[in-house]
Amino acid sequence: MIAEIGRFALVLALALALIQSIVPLVATRYRDTVLMGVAETTAVAQFGFVTIAFASLIACYVISDFTVATVFENSHSAMPLIYKFTSVWGNHEGSMLLWVLILSLFGAFVAIFGANLPLTLKVNVLAVQSWIAAAFYLFILITSNPFARIAEPPFEGRDLNPILQDLGLAIHPPLLYLGYVGFSITFSFAIAALIEGKIDAAWARWVRPWTLAAWMFLTLGIAMGSYWAYYTLGWGGWWFWDPVENASLMPWLAGTALLHSAVVMEKRNALKVWTILLAILTFSLSLIGTFLVRSGVLTSVHAFATDPLRGVFILVILVAFVGGGLALYAWRAPMLKQGGLFAPISREGALIFNNLFLTAACATVFVGTLYPLALETLTGAKISVGAPFFNATFGPLFVPLLIAVPFGPLMAWKRGDLPGVAQRLSGAFAVAAAAIVVTFAIAGGGSILVPFAIGLAFFVMVGAVTDLAERTSLFRAPAALSWIRARGLSRSAWGTALAHFGLGVTLLGIVFETHWGAEQIAMVKPAQTLSLSGYDFTFRGLTQRDGPNYRELSANFVVRKDGAVIGMMNPSKRSFATREMSTSETALMTRGFSQLYLSLGDQKPDESVAVRIYYKPLVLLIWLGAVVMMLGGALSLSDRRLRIGAPRPARSKTALQPAE
Amino acid sequence: MLALSVALVLSALRESIVFFNSPTDVVEKHIAPGTRIRVGGLVKSGSFVRSDKLLIRFNITDGNQEIPVVYEGFVPDLFREGQGVVAEGALEPNGTFRADSVLAKHDERYMPREVADALKKQGHWVDDYDKQAGAGRPAKSQQGERAR
Repeated sequence: MIAEIGRFALVLALALALIQSIVPLVATRYRDTVLMGVAETTAVAQFGFVTIAFASLIACYVISDFTVATVFENSHSAMPLIYKFTSVWGNHEGSMLLWVLILSLFGAFVAIFGANLPLTLKVNVLAVQSWIAAAFYLFILITSNPFARIAEPPFEGRDLNPILQDLGLAIHPPLLYLGYVGFSITFSFAIAALIEGKIDAAWARWVRPWTLAAWMFLTLGIAMGSYWAYYTLGWGGWWFWDPVENASLMPWLAGTALLHSAVVMEKRNALKVWTILLAILTFSLSLIGTFLVRSGVLTSVHAFATDPLRGVFILVILVAFVGGGLALYAWRAPMLKQGGLFAPISREGALIFNNLFLTAACATVFVGTLYPLALETLTGAKISVGAPFFNATFGPLFVPLLIAVPFGPLMAWKRGDLPGVAQRLSGAFAVAAAAIVVTFAIAGGGSILVPFAIGLAFFVMVGAVTDLAERTSLFRAPAALSWIRARGLSRSAWGTALAHFGLGVTLLGIVFETHWGAEQIAMVKPAQTLSLSGYDFTFRGLTQRDGPNYRELSANFVVRKDGAVIGMMNPSKRSFATREMSTSETALMTRGFSQLYLSLGDQKPDESVAVRIYYKPLVLLIWLGAVVMMLGGALSLSDRRLRIGAPRPARSKTALQPAE
Repeated sequence: MLALSVALVLSALRESIVFFNSPTDVVEKHIAPGTRIRVGGLVKSGSFVRSDKLLIRFNITDGNQEIPVVYEGFVPDLFREGQGVVAEGALEPNGTFRADSVLAKHDERYMPREVADALKKQGHWVDDYDKQAGAGRPAKSQQGERAR
């Protein structure tokens, strides 16, 4: 009964979406404000019905209703409650339902919080949002019904894939989808604006909070996914350039570019055509990511679906929205008037530089991800493009971008003063140079790239601090005045500096982990000690215990540094009877920002086990940097919220600041 | 900028592409030792040997040809005899394939697509696999599938 309620609610949501797809367009044509109001009601109601559908599916999992096919295939009555919840989206059907839940959530948000938007723009945005929603409701109902029943229900479920029985599944997919799907709003804004044929600086101001919100979630989602992969796979890696990872990285790169170009549009009324294009492209990349992951075209280790009908269906959705969006763009964009002239050396110029490099980096990821698919379709040859490709293309494109990061915020609008900015960054240069010299002295010899990369990380971080110091006249004016200026500084200025600082933090973590990380693989017998990077690991033996739905064999290690015991580490193997699968649970010990990492291999009859030990210096900075970036976004967003209440001329608030 | 990106992409592609081969391809194409390739098929039943310490040996088969593989390190949790596997590495002059990574992309119902194709080509595909693969949902993976 519960499953039928869910399915019925989804059908109702589809019906509402179809109404919402058409009515607002007709209403704006005839300027009928009453009819326009329908869109807000349907958007909220749609969200209501999808929530009911989602809640019904959760209920089916929680009560372990194995008459529902997806519950039978992905759940087990003995599984802990938290995993019964998360297995809702740990499979194709459920994760698509989560996808539309978030899509309708964003639609409802526009309807509720978009009070300051012009009514026609708002309802057109809701109409476009509904086209997407209707397409995906149909996709779910036709090809991926999560509520399908089994005629002869079994007594027990097949259990969730043990690899997914982890808290990571509770956090990572919802965050990632909030980001992915959040970009649908910017797409809808772009299409609605093209339909109306009216795009101005105010448009950028309205769309920016949505972009920022989606970007924040995507940043955090990618970082959490990376950390999850790191601790769950037992290989010590945190990024594999796997197509599914790339699928989330591409919208992030395009979204980051969009975030920056929207600033130019908002402040200077320039780059309008480009910003609209980026808004379309960012969501297109999200759709491509969905296609790659959901259709099963990838030989990826992540691919879910094996049903070709799904692939074709998503491909049709993809072509319709990407093709349709770009066609509309080609038709309407030339009508937009460009405004705001500026010199190449200026804040605008710096942001264009940012956009060029981000989109180029995005394009290389795109090629590396899709080239193997294209080649196989055309010639039948099966190839894989791995990390070497991405390191060779992505790296060289990101270095100039990172060098430019501290310059951008210090440039003046319209016409900047490069020597002046360089002079103001002299502190950052000095710290970077010192970091290079120190690294070179300590590490000696080796690759010259490593000291340079560390210098770059410090340059980015100190550059971000310099930006704030300049704005508050720190050290140049009396402290009291700096304090007043700091308080007057807009939150978006703080947000920018914080996000850029986070970028440097992540880079620092990456460099340390990559170049000074150590690894050892060995067989150990009880009482034997292994040493790595100054730490001693003594193997004490194996213990067996029973978990709720698995048996666990864990190895006990005592960790010493300089002879003193600093703790225990217990990596383990879990075997899950239902799926006859086993997983490795790594043991982590955090020392400051560094980690010790142990994962267990096979055991031999003579009590000895294979074990992998890693020393990961400053590895936590990689994800911490991403969290800092996200917080920067949040700060900036909190500023916008105040401002979007009543759009004012962009520079009215900046009286106290030198140049924002 | 565009030219720079294209140049980067092209040079990187030339150097980093790895082709996938079935054991039959490896034998028929006379792939030169030292060329990086991927070989996929089933781990032949009874061929798995763990010699000293971490060194393991097994044969990859597509039912027609077999390739002996040596690998030092951890095998994935899902690695098992009779199951699909993809190994990446290079052939040695004596015909042994030295792998530096081993992927077992399957669960009890699913088989890697390349492996399935390779088996179909050799006529060793049992219809039952297809049904199982169709009925079973996810391509469960060793490298950790994250529900994206």
